[in-house]
Amino acid sequence: MTLESVIFSVLAASAVGSALLVVTRRNPVMSALYLIVNFFCLAGLYLTLHAQFIAIIQILVYAGAIMVLFVFVIMLLNLGDERKLSDGVSWKKIVAAGFCAALLMEFVYILIYSEPSPAVMSASMATEIGTVEYIGSQLFTKFLFPFEITSLILTAAIVGAIVLAKRKLD
Amino acid sequence: MIPFWIILLKIVVVLGVLMTAAALVTFLERRISAFIQNRIGPNRVGPQGLFQIMADLVKLVMKEDIVPTAANKTVHDIAPMISISIALCTFAVIPFGNTIELFGYQVKLIIADVNIGILFILAMTSMGVYGVSLAGWSSNNKYSLLGGLRSSAQLISYELAMGLSIIGVLMVAESLRLDQIVMHQTRYLVGWLPAWNLFVQPLGFVIFFVAAFAETNRLPFDLPEAEPELVGGYHTEYSGMKFGLFMFAEYANMITSSALITTLFLGGWHIPFSENWGVSPLVMSLLQVLAFCVKVSIVVFFFIMVRWTIPRFRYDQLMNLGWKVLLPLSIANVLGTGLAILLISS
Amino acid sequence: MIEQYYPIFVMIAGGVVFGVLMGKVNEFLGPSRPTEEKSSTYESGMEPIKTARERFSIKFYMVAMLFIIFDIEVVFLYPWAVSYKQLGIQGFVTMFVFIAVLLVGYIYVWRKGALEWD
Repeated sequence: MTLESVIFSVLAASAVGSALLVVTRRNPVMSALYLIVNFFCLAGLYLTLHAQFIAIIQILVYAGAIMVLFVFVIMLLNLGDERKLSDGVSWKKIVAAGFCAALLMEFVYILIYSEPSPAVMSASMATEIGTVEYIGSQLFTKFLFPFEITSLILTAAIVGAIVLAKRKLD
Repeated sequence: MIPFWIILLKIVVVLGVLMTAAALVTFLERRISAFIQNRIGPNRVGPQGLFQIMADLVKLVMKEDIVPTAANKTVHDIAPMISISIALCTFAVIPFGNTIELFGYQVKLIIADVNIGILFILAMTSMGVYGVSLAGWSSNNKYSLLGGLRSSAQLISYELAMGLSIIGVLMVAESLRLDQIVMHQTRYLVGWLPAWNLFVQPLGFVIFFVAAFAETNRLPFDLPEAEPELVGGYHTEYSGMKFGLFMFAEYANMITSSALITTLFLGGWHIPFSENWGVSPLVMSLLQVLAFCVKVSIVVFFFIMVRWTIPRFRYDQLMNLGWKVLLPLSIANVLGTGLAILLISS
Repeated sequence: MIEQYYPIFVMIAGGVVFGVLMGKVNEFLGPSRPTEEKSSTYESGMEPIKTARERFSIKFYMVAMLFIIFDIEVVFLYPWAVSYKQLGIQGFVTMFVFIAVLLVGYIYVWRKGALEWD
């Protein structure tokens, strides 16, 4: 086993572990913290795929911006005290468990029976493809239209944020 | 290929120097503030009171760790750890010198020269919000909560201006590697003016400088711990070394910010006109490290001077400055730089 | 490529270890004599009135939302800035349109008074 695969295994295991902790913690703030740990593990996994820019954006945007909002909301909703939220078995839970099982079977099926896809690009290119320079040269030439559309989506998000909060602001 | 033990050695040296410097700056701040306010300041322990740092450390370590019963113990413990871990690891991508011949290897004086460079620092700084906001929330104290909230909102607001103000620098240097950015500043403009980004990007420099003050919670932006209204702000309920860690993180952040300002705008380790001095490469490398330290010290000194000279902002003024002044200004800076580059290249 | 990041991993690990050690040091070296008075919440010497688990102004929430949106805008600017000299005039126009659209949103936010703190 090479050092790289050891690192992959450690990161993957801690990603799964922290994800489990997110859903099992009673205290929502602790869940949010484990989600941040999970994002760091994901960023590490992106690094093993040579996607350096995506890795750092994962931390900068998800862990550094979106999770801040999550933490704020948890504080705003005043969910501070750890109450026991479980309420026994209900039909909703049974249906959800059924769906989860079906999804799991699907993943297992894909994992076992699918052929690995042929490498689309050479190994030398793979090291370069995750750099900022490469993304810049592609995003603003080849994928120009989707990029410009993003600005419209972001503007829509701004308007949405204002409309949501406006009643409270006045 | 440089063996890993050399990299480990670099890490140990950098962390050691960073911690020592942070401790030293706490002492310097007390002496300089005393000088500015016409007091004497700590001068009893050791020569010029220099061992005061040791005395303070021992005192903090031997204190009782008081956690209020109403607080959330786990999060209360974690918050200062987040702050200090982040403050210590941001230095990883800052070049503190060019290359040096060490044990027969050409060693680059930077811990990790990676493609994303500066983004690593921004990402790590954005994590700093959690230390502050969780400390405020977990203490279950009104002063702490308000301090933590104010501080979080301030940090994220100025992070935008900070991120935007360096875009101009990146456009000029065409890289996110801090090493490359310094290299780009080793040229000369009209034959004699060093091409420091201070002269190339003056507006970006001012915005970054202001944002750096806000990001390190220093006066005039230290609203989170505005003593008259909020007692101690987010660390009101902290004692002992956990309180010490917040202080320590603040000073470590201040040094890292100064190092970043030096690297981005003041030419990093470069000494102007030193190319024709004709000294040996080894002496040159050492001089460059020295130059880096001197530049950082000057910026740190400026940080301290400002704190004891300028009064505090009001919260609405602070948010207005961030969102209504710095943000549009930095966007204008990006577009202006873009136009200038087009004009020069055509 | 990832081997360039090993030093950063070591650095982060070092920071975390130092943080945990120092955060716990008082539990080993310091005394532990809690009294009811000592571990009550500090409120300038008064009896604490209710807890601090109160709801707070929606403005903080608003700032966090706007921050996410503008942060994503800034993220797009990094790859653009790095390859700007290659993109030339076309790159300038591209980003001008992008920023102009977002500027409309920014002006909307300003006019709606979401940036006011009173």
